[in-house]
Amino acid sequence: MSDAGLLETLLRRIEAADGGVDSLETASILGVDHQVLVGAVKSLLALEDLISAELRSSKHWELSGEGTEIAEQGSHEARVFSSIPPEGLPQSELMKLSFGKIGFSKAMSNKWIKVDKTHEGGPRIFRSGAVEGLLWLLSTSQHELWIILETAIQLTTMRWTVKSYWITKGSCFSTTITKPETELTPEMIANGSWKEKKFKPYNFEALGVAPDCGHLHPLMKVRTQFRQIFLEMGFTEMPTNNFIESSFWNFDSLFQPQQHPARDAHDTFFISDPALAHEFPLEYLERVKKIHSEGGYGSQGYKYDWKIEEAQKNILRTHTTAVSARMLYKLAQQEKFTPVKYFSIDRVFRNETLDATHLAEFHQIEGVVADRGLTLGDLMGILHQFFTKLGITKLRFKPAYNPYTEPSMEVFSYHEGLKKWVEVGNSGVFRPEMLLPMGLPEDVTVIAWGLSLERPTMIKYGINNIRELVGHKVNLQMVYDGPICRLES
Amino acid sequence: MPTVGVKRDLLFKALGKTYTDEEFDELCFEYGLELDEITSEKEIISREQGDSKASGASDVILYKIDVPANRYDLLCLEGLVRGLQVFKNKLEAPRYRRVSPLSGEPQKLIITEETVAVRPHAVAAVLRNITFTQERYDSFIELQEKLHQNICRKRSLVAIGTHDLDTVSGPFTYTAKPPAEISFKPLNQTKEYTATQLMSLYKTDSHLRHYLHIIEDKPLYPVIYDSNGIVLSMPPIINGDHSKITLKTKNVFVECTATDLTKAKIVLDMMVTMFSEYCSQPFTVEEAEVVYPDGKTCKYPELAYRKEKLSSDFVNRKVGINESTETIARLLTKMCLRSEVTGVGDEIEVEIPPTRSDVIHACDIMEDAAMAYGFNNIPYTTPRTYTVANQFPLNKLTELLRQDLAAAGFTEALNFALCSTEDISDKLGKKISETRAVHIANPKTVEFQVARTTLLPGLLKTLAANRKMPLPLKLFEISDVVLKDDTKDVGARNSRRFCAVYYNKSPGFEVIHGLLDRTMQLLEVKSQRGDGYHIQAAEDSTFFPGRCAEIFVGGKSVGRLGVLHPDVITRFELTMPCSAVEMDIEPFLGHPAEATLTHDVPLHEVIKHHFPSQVPNSRPTSTKTVFGDVSSAAGLKALDDFLADKSYMEGFEATQADTTMFDAIPSAPSSTFSHLLRWYNHVKSFLRERANLPSAKTQFVLEEDDDDDDDMDLFGSDDEEDSAEVEKLKEQRLAEYAAKKSKKPALIAKSSILLDVKPWDDETDMAKMEECVRSVKMEGLLWGQSKMVPVGYGIKKLQIGCVVEDEKVGTDLLEEAITAFEEYVQSVDVAAFNKI
Repeated sequence: MSDAGLLETLLRRIEAADGGVDSLETASILGVDHQVLVGAVKSLLALEDLISAELRSSKHWELSGEGTEIAEQGSHEARVFSSIPPEGLPQSELMKLSFGKIGFSKAMSNKWIKVDKTHEGGPRIFRSGAVEGLLWLLSTSQHELWIILETAIQLTTMRWTVKSYWITKGSCFSTTITKPETELTPEMIANGSWKEKKFKPYNFEALGVAPDCGHLHPLMKVRTQFRQIFLEMGFTEMPTNNFIESSFWNFDSLFQPQQHPARDAHDTFFISDPALAHEFPLEYLERVKKIHSEGGYGSQGYKYDWKIEEAQKNILRTHTTAVSARMLYKLAQQEKFTPVKYFSIDRVFRNETLDATHLAEFHQIEGVVADRGLTLGDLMGILHQFFTKLGITKLRFKPAYNPYTEPSMEVFSYHEGLKKWVEVGNSGVFRPEMLLPMGLPEDVTVIAWGLSLERPTMIKYGINNIRELVGHKVNLQMVYDGPICRLES
Repeated sequence: MPTVGVKRDLLFKALGKTYTDEEFDELCFEYGLELDEITSEKEIISREQGDSKASGASDVILYKIDVPANRYDLLCLEGLVRGLQVFKNKLEAPRYRRVSPLSGEPQKLIITEETVAVRPHAVAAVLRNITFTQERYDSFIELQEKLHQNICRKRSLVAIGTHDLDTVSGPFTYTAKPPAEISFKPLNQTKEYTATQLMSLYKTDSHLRHYLHIIEDKPLYPVIYDSNGIVLSMPPIINGDHSKITLKTKNVFVECTATDLTKAKIVLDMMVTMFSEYCSQPFTVEEAEVVYPDGKTCKYPELAYRKEKLSSDFVNRKVGINESTETIARLLTKMCLRSEVTGVGDEIEVEIPPTRSDVIHACDIMEDAAMAYGFNNIPYTTPRTYTVANQFPLNKLTELLRQDLAAAGFTEALNFALCSTEDISDKLGKKISETRAVHIANPKTVEFQVARTTLLPGLLKTLAANRKMPLPLKLFEISDVVLKDDTKDVGARNSRRFCAVYYNKSPGFEVIHGLLDRTMQLLEVKSQRGDGYHIQAAEDSTFFPGRCAEIFVGGKSVGRLGVLHPDVITRFELTMPCSAVEMDIEPFLGHPAEATLTHDVPLHEVIKHHFPSQVPNSRPTSTKTVFGDVSSAAGLKALDDFLADKSYMEGFEATQADTTMFDAIPSAPSSTFSHLLRWYNHVKSFLRERANLPSAKTQFVLEEDDDDDDDMDLFGSDDEEDSAEVEKLKEQRLAEYAAKKSKKPALIAKSSILLDVKPWDDETDMAKMEECVRSVKMEGLLWGQSKMVPVGYGIKKLQIGCVVEDEKVGTDLLEEAITAFEEYVQSVDVAAFNKI
């Protein structure tokens, strides 16, 4: 019977029936498989209000394959018992039979059979005598018999739930089927037939089709937002495209002494090729040497033997402040000082032990303002404005130490989720020992702050392991699914 | 940041107050410390070695406190308590004193010249009649360890040895000997070893093995003997067992050997200042004499108190607060920097104790004032710094391209700038020598051997890590690679690249080629030979033979694209065909109109700055102006009159003339000079942007007429509170000044003035008026040429020039005299005023 034929036959039966029809009954009457009829019912249900169907279920028991076998040929153990001739059977032979293994152990525990392990040609099985077996059965208690029965039932039967439909007429019942249209077509628009057509309702619960598109990396999306914030605040971007830096610009120019632990091989990547930087502004270098070894500009200096060899060593820059130092030195070389606001967001490198939140390279965000007469209050004011743009309004400052800033402040913000203050950045006022040898006027103050790009990104996108964010082990699904980045919300 | 562990109850007992954990955390925060962890010995052991080992350990609560790396004075309980007690005004900072021994000679430490090659410096001191308890003793040992780990740079710069002085007898000799010749029983060992044996014994010592390298390769090892040949120590490795400190020790000999003398002095000062508290004469330290190979002697510890002077104005200006001089002195004293108001202006004299070796500049003092004031009490302000933002052109291009490449259906990857040598060479079928790669000297793993020279391996590794994702995979990255470049100061430069890969069941060269075309479209480069772009077949071992092309833009090669070589695909653990493009994007930068910042610095300084060796006082010295001396009431009166009808010194806007005059006035004028005060407050608001103000046309402030750098303030503030001593000093200086001045030819300051004299009406007799004007006679006044200038309606004004001696004739006087001829003269104005 064709599908359409079945649908119509079914509809006619429903029309003829008083009240309704049962699907199981109808299937057997029509001589079709019940599942086929259920399919027909479902497709009729899709047509609005044509019919209505009520699901009913009934249960019945059926013998399983094993159960059928037992019913026909006796239990496994019985078959084992009966298959053993009086002269016995080698155990290996018995095991070849389909029921051998199960029946053997049952028959053994029932003591219907026995094994002679010492028999010539391997272990051999003999009947132990029916009387003994019968005796066992008689001695078995009522309770034990129940257990035996239950296991037997579980093993040998299957429980079936049969679902059927009680089908009745719907409010728009008819025996003819007009199939609703799925979609509007150009033809329908052209000939106006859409006016008469019925349209299949949409399932608004389903998801749409994913668009075929490319995606930006979450960390880079956050970087874009930070750039935007700095640009909104009037900061000019520094050229930080120089990963290789000399120790001079990375440390010495910042008044970081040559024995400082940060300059240790444990913390910094040194370069073996090209190992040394070969050009420096020499007048400036002399002034840097002097401030370290002898002091000056009102400073005691560090009073140690400053060596150019140490300053020459090339490294992978450990902070973008090395570029800020270059920029400030260039600013000092202007005929007339002009105030500047600089920022950068770029990679820095630390030879650190790696863990879930630390990598050997990360992105540093840095802001620098140089103007006459800036105060610590100004630094706090700028930080407040900056963090407000990130959606952080509650700030607190902790005195800290940094070789090239004085005062130095760690910036804490109140984390509503953790209910505690967490560190969100570092800041400070560059030391005169750094600025004055560059040639900046004395009344010029330079304030600066920095933070990592990875940490706010991990918080924003709920990532716990930094390797899932940065590097080749990135989870592309995470990149595909990432939302747009609005830091303030 | 070093962490100090102190027993909580002991700490609270010493502080005389019990805090809750939160309260103590808050106190730490204010003081720049961090309560890192609240734990116990038991907890630490159980965490590190398991519960079973911890069963017997103490469960006394420990506070782990993070201390700033330059505050060596806070590395032990004693120092922390002292610092916090002074901060809370519960204690006055103690004065540390070096004293001579009560009887006899000081202990001597003789340095021999053999030490020069290995560890040339040594300093020493004695703690006399000290009382140890178990806690004090533990703290004493712990402080040595903390100092060793921090300022001593793991004993390489300085090593500390402490000895029971009663077990040894001076003078002591610090020398250096071949290791085989040094033999002694080291601390906590039962028998004697030679230095050579010791070095191999300690190879396996978890603690000491870290210090062996400091002297291991030296022919001579440093060693300190007493007069009987007993070994005190073999720095920087181990002390002798003989002179070991015990709880019963009463007199302690402290020696520090070093390669850096400054640090040795600091370390010695720290040891003795922290623990002299427990001497019978608290805070006194008995001196020891160090004798150098050349016979010179020096007494230690230095315990030097240094004095710095700074103005409260400096602190207020740098911090952004407005506190009185007395308050700032009080704030500094809270930070163990005993400060006094000197009475000279707003000057404060600050005494820096030997415990505060971190204070090396006035800015350090300023920070302490800010900390004592409370960072979180400082009002937020917004600087008015006006700047125009610029993007770095290369980053701007990168940002724009990234957006459109994602729009073209490719997903952005972000890979490490560091990778293994193999990644950029063997795996790509290239030789490392061809790559111009920058090599890292001290990588901890193979992943950090070189800086990448191409973005391709990173993208291929990203593909490999994401093989389970549905195909095709389309990835791109725009980022920097690093190449050796001799033209750069550091010998290397970054190069910004664009790279993309397509990974699918078919190679998809056309997809990657299409992406190149799209990229060129975005960059406004046409597909044509010559000044456009084209691709042409190329040989490259990374690519499948015959499936690689070179990209040319304007005739120059910028990169390559093609189908990857199957070997390359396999080496990156990939299984599907893959095509890729990589090119340089810097050639597409164009030429921005604004000057571009670069990180190249000029190697020679064109601008010659004046580099003073000391920061001079903030006030300019000259108070002399064309209105007279503005430190005197007369000068201020003249200026007040001048400003009566003017907003600014010159014209209609603030100029440098205003700011220089502002600087000349020693302090805010009293309200009797209402015009001046109005102007003063107005100009004050411009000081922040003073550098941007237009320059002055007229010089109102006169330079000091002595031309040497003597910056004494002759006409300093007339402070009523001036003591007799200050008065005397002033007189003396005046006398000196007069004497100096008399030796010089007198220079008379003169000005040329052009006056506009206006009559009442057109009927005024102009000739008569001129006659009247010229009749004004004063000492130091010389009339010059004149002319009649038409004003309008037939009225003319008289313009007349004169030269005056500034000291004797003021414009106000002149005007007064002329306007006295009421009959003729309606008004007098100064048309021009020039100093000669």
